[in-house]
This record gives sequence, structure tokens and C-alpha cells, in this order.
Amino acid sequence: MKLDSMYQEVILDHYKHPHGRGLRDGDAEVHHVNPTCGDEITLRVKYDGETITDVSYEGQGCSISQASASVLNDLLVGKELGEAQKIQETFLELMQSKGQLEPDDAMEEVLEDAVAFAGVSKYPARVKCALLSWMAWKDATAKALSEGKTA
Amino acid sequence: MTQLPGLLDTEAIRKDFPLLDRTVHDGKKIVYLDSAATSQKPRQVLDALNEYYERHNANVHRGVYTVAEEATALYEGARDKIAAFINAPSRNEVIFTKNASESLNLVANMLGWADEPYRVDHDTEIVTTEMEHHSNIVPWQLLSQRTGAKLKWFGITDDGRLDLSNIDEIITEKTKIVTFTLVSNIMGTINPVEKIIRRAQQVGALVCIDASQAAPHMVLDVQALQADFVAFTGHKMVGPTGIGVLWGRQELLEDLPPFLGGGEMIETVSMHSSTYAPAPHKFEAGTPPIAQAVGLGAAVDYLSAIGMEKIYQHEHAITEYAVKRLLEVPDLRIIGPATAEDRGATISFTLGDIHPHDVGQVLDEQGIAVRVGHHCARPVCLRFGIPATTRASFYLYSTPSEVDALVDGLEHVRNFFG
Repeated sequence: MKLDSMYQEVILDHYKHPHGRGLRDGDAEVHHVNPTCGDEITLRVKYDGETITDVSYEGQGCSISQASASVLNDLLVGKELGEAQKIQETFLELMQSKGQLEPDDAMEEVLEDAVAFAGVSKYPARVKCALLSWMAWKDATAKALSEGKTA
Repeated sequence: MTQLPGLLDTEAIRKDFPLLDRTVHDGKKIVYLDSAATSQKPRQVLDALNEYYERHNANVHRGVYTVAEEATALYEGARDKIAAFINAPSRNEVIFTKNASESLNLVANMLGWADEPYRVDHDTEIVTTEMEHHSNIVPWQLLSQRTGAKLKWFGITDDGRLDLSNIDEIITEKTKIVTFTLVSNIMGTINPVEKIIRRAQQVGALVCIDASQAAPHMVLDVQALQADFVAFTGHKMVGPTGIGVLWGRQELLEDLPPFLGGGEMIETVSMHSSTYAPAPHKFEAGTPPIAQAVGLGAAVDYLSAIGMEKIYQHEHAITEYAVKRLLEVPDLRIIGPATAEDRGATISFTLGDIHPHDVGQVLDEQGIAVRVGHHCARPVCLRFGIPATTRASFYLYSTPSEVDALVDGLEHVRNFFG
């Protein structure tokens, strides 16, 4: 069934048991919404120099948006900024592939659990759900960095 | 198959709607439950559009040649049909717009630029409701911001009705305009027009009614309503997209200023000033949506031939059945009236903790088309503390077996995310 390509087991697992959910102390906070469906996320990032020490979040939304935030937390916490940016860009590339991109080993190595979202990229209405937390993270990081410089 | 009293002959009706015959996802017959977003179109309307473009296409109110005269006659003929459909006292009270949003924006802008006694300014108040589609909130927020007028609104009760308990405090001597929806696009609630209009008339306020979810589904008689403006859109009533209607009382349309300027709407133009054509042309700047108006004319012919009262009875029977069946689904909560009384055939609900997006996706896999999200009525979702709903909406072509398909589909959704 086609649905299974979107709702991979790993996505449903993250949805039912989200990792790192809840708001904790951070350097910057952003609030992003998906106006077409009402999905919302509040996300905070915490840095120690260039190292991401925490990404905490709270929000409401569909299984795809919630699972994506959980996977993001798994993947990015503990990473250096440069590496995290590479992961974010790779995830963006996958989600914008309209289902045309078959993740290779190199991509799988970068994205780990996040490759499960490949199937979502076939559903244009749902791509924004998958990207919501990632765009929020990018935005929060930019905010944390600019505030860090001016502080 | 379930037989309910009052149903139309849907087998015959569905033959008129080509799209209802198509399949999705490897041969699953489409179950179209999103008519509140837009209705499907019957062959009669599609033929009218084609016929117009193939035989009569020309600009209106200009040429003296045969085809141009035909185009004008068809466009103005559509106006006559709409006027009759809503029982307007005069055809000149029917303004064509591109949709209901434009109609409502037009009213807001007429009042913003009007002279006394209609003028909305910083000493006056605008009244709307928490139940509105964004198209009947945002134009008034803009007007309020630009003029300083105070925007007030009626709230919603727990069972999805307008809370009119404080009507005398909401509608006051300062109120210039009261604008509200006849039927809620998210909850299906049919609102008590008379009570609101009586109070508005007491204080001398104008009344504007958003009939977008009413015109397709019930008898719409603008004289019986006693409002000053009534707005609706064509594409929800088996007509094409790109055509809407604003009905307004003639003396108001004579007094109020135009909003969009351009061709068609003038009498004479010099470089210093212009005078305007009488209504409705005063409010129809530029080449109008001609084919779309003709298509809407064919749509009201189609609906009238079946009969609006019969369509209402059909949808009422379907609604009664759908409410009963949906309430059998575990964890399902109807947002809005949980009975079929004083409500239209649009039913919003939540299903446990499963997000509407996920509900809609799994239903789609079974060929069932519903709307998910906030339905351009986010204040309603905020009121009920939910991010979104799943909405099933029915029309003259909907059948009890489609209700059954939805209920079975929801069972599948529960199993999938269970």
C-alpha cells in the first residue's frame, strides 16, 4: 500500500514516542506555523560554542511534523554547527525531491532515521509538515548566532 | 442501500457530474465529501462554458456586432437568472464579483469611503462573529485599522451556536454595520438571522450576510432576509470558479461610492474627473468574468430545476444520518451542533489525538476526499482549543453510502494509528 511509503514504521515510532520533546533552557527561541494546516512549533536551541547542546521543542501537528521534530532532536544534538547544517541541507534536498530521489548510502549515512521521510516528499501537501521543525531550527540558530555576536 | 425519507434521485443526479465517476489510487471510486470547499460541476454548466467560448465569445457592453450583442445578452441574462434565484426586487441590485471574498471586501470599502450617514470612522463600531470565514473577518479588520472604528464580535457557545446573550452590548447606537455568516463553513451552524437583524435595525446599523454556505443549499430570498447586503460565490453552487455575487439594496448602491475604478464603471471621463455608471456597473470595473457569469447562470438553472427546497431536504436527511453514524465512531467529537437541527450538511470533527492531516491522508488512500485544517476559520479552532478539524461536507449528489464509506474509513484510520 502506498500509505506505508509515507508512514514508515520509524516515523510512526517517533510520532508515538517523541525524543527530546518539551521546552528547556536555550539561547534563542522561535515560533513557526504552517498556515495551511495550523501546525505549530516553538523551538529553542542551546549552543556551547559551535556545539549544539540541546534542541528543545513543543508544538502541535500531524504525525509527520511531530516525528520530524523528534528525528531532528536525535540527529542534531551533540553535533557541530557545520555538520548540522549539512544534515539540514541534505534533508531539505530530500524533501524537495518530489519522490524522485532514491537515497544512496552516503545520504543514508548523513540522515540516519530521517531517510524514512523520503516517501513524504511525494506528497506536496505534506512536505511543509516534514520541514516545519527544520526551518524553525535554522531560524533559531541564525537568531542565536546573531544574538551571540551582538551580546 | 440505506433509504432515507427526503432523498433526491442521486443516481440520476450523479450522472450529470463527470468527476464523481472517476477513480483514484488504483481504481477506488472517489467519495467526494468536500463540497463546502468547492462543489463539483454538472455537464450542463460545463456545456454552457464551452458553448459560450465556442459560439458567443466577445467583450460585453461594447461592440455593435452580432457576437458582441450575444455575449452581452448572455452576461446580462445571467444577472437576471441570479436576481430571480435570490428573489431580488431588481436585477440592478446584483453585482458580479470574482468571489465572496471580493464581495465582502467591496462592502467594507464602500463603507470606508462613504459619506455620512454610512461612513465607518473612528467613532463607530463594526460587528462580526467568531464563527466567520477569514473572508468576513480580515476585510473588517483592515477597515477597522484604517478608520479607527472598533471591531466587536459575537462569541460561540459550547455547542457551536452564536452566543447572542449580550446582543444589546455588542450591537449599539455606535454600530454602523453588522456582518455575519448565514451558515458556518466549519461547523455547519445555521444562524438566527431574524434576531440579529431586528437588533441591528433598532440601532440603524446596516446588515451584511455572508451566504456562501447557504446559497448552494437552501432557498435564499434576500427580501425575506431583510439584510442590506448578501454575498456569495459561484463555485460552491455547481458554478465555475472566478464568479461571485454581491446583492445590495438599490438605494444603498446608488448612494455608496465605487471601490475599483476602470472601464465599464464610468459614465464620462475627463482628465480632471469622472462620473459613474449606475449600479450594478458602477461596481464592476474592467472586463467582467463573462464566461463565469454565464456558467453561474447555468448553475442556478440546474439547481432551480431540481428545487432548492428539495435540495435542502435531501441534505437534511443526509446530515441527520451522518451525525448519527459519526457519533458511533469511538473518540469522535463533533465540533459544532451535534444534531441535525438548524445546521447544514457540513460536519467538522476530531478523532481522538489523531491529527486531521493524518486522518485526511489515510482517508484519501481509500478514495475519500475530506478537508482538513482550520478551514479559513481559525478563530473557531482557537475557541475550541484544537489546532484543526477534519470536515466532511455533503451536497445534492451525496449519498448515505458515502456516509457509510466515511465511517468505515475512519475505523481504518483508528486502526492505522491505534
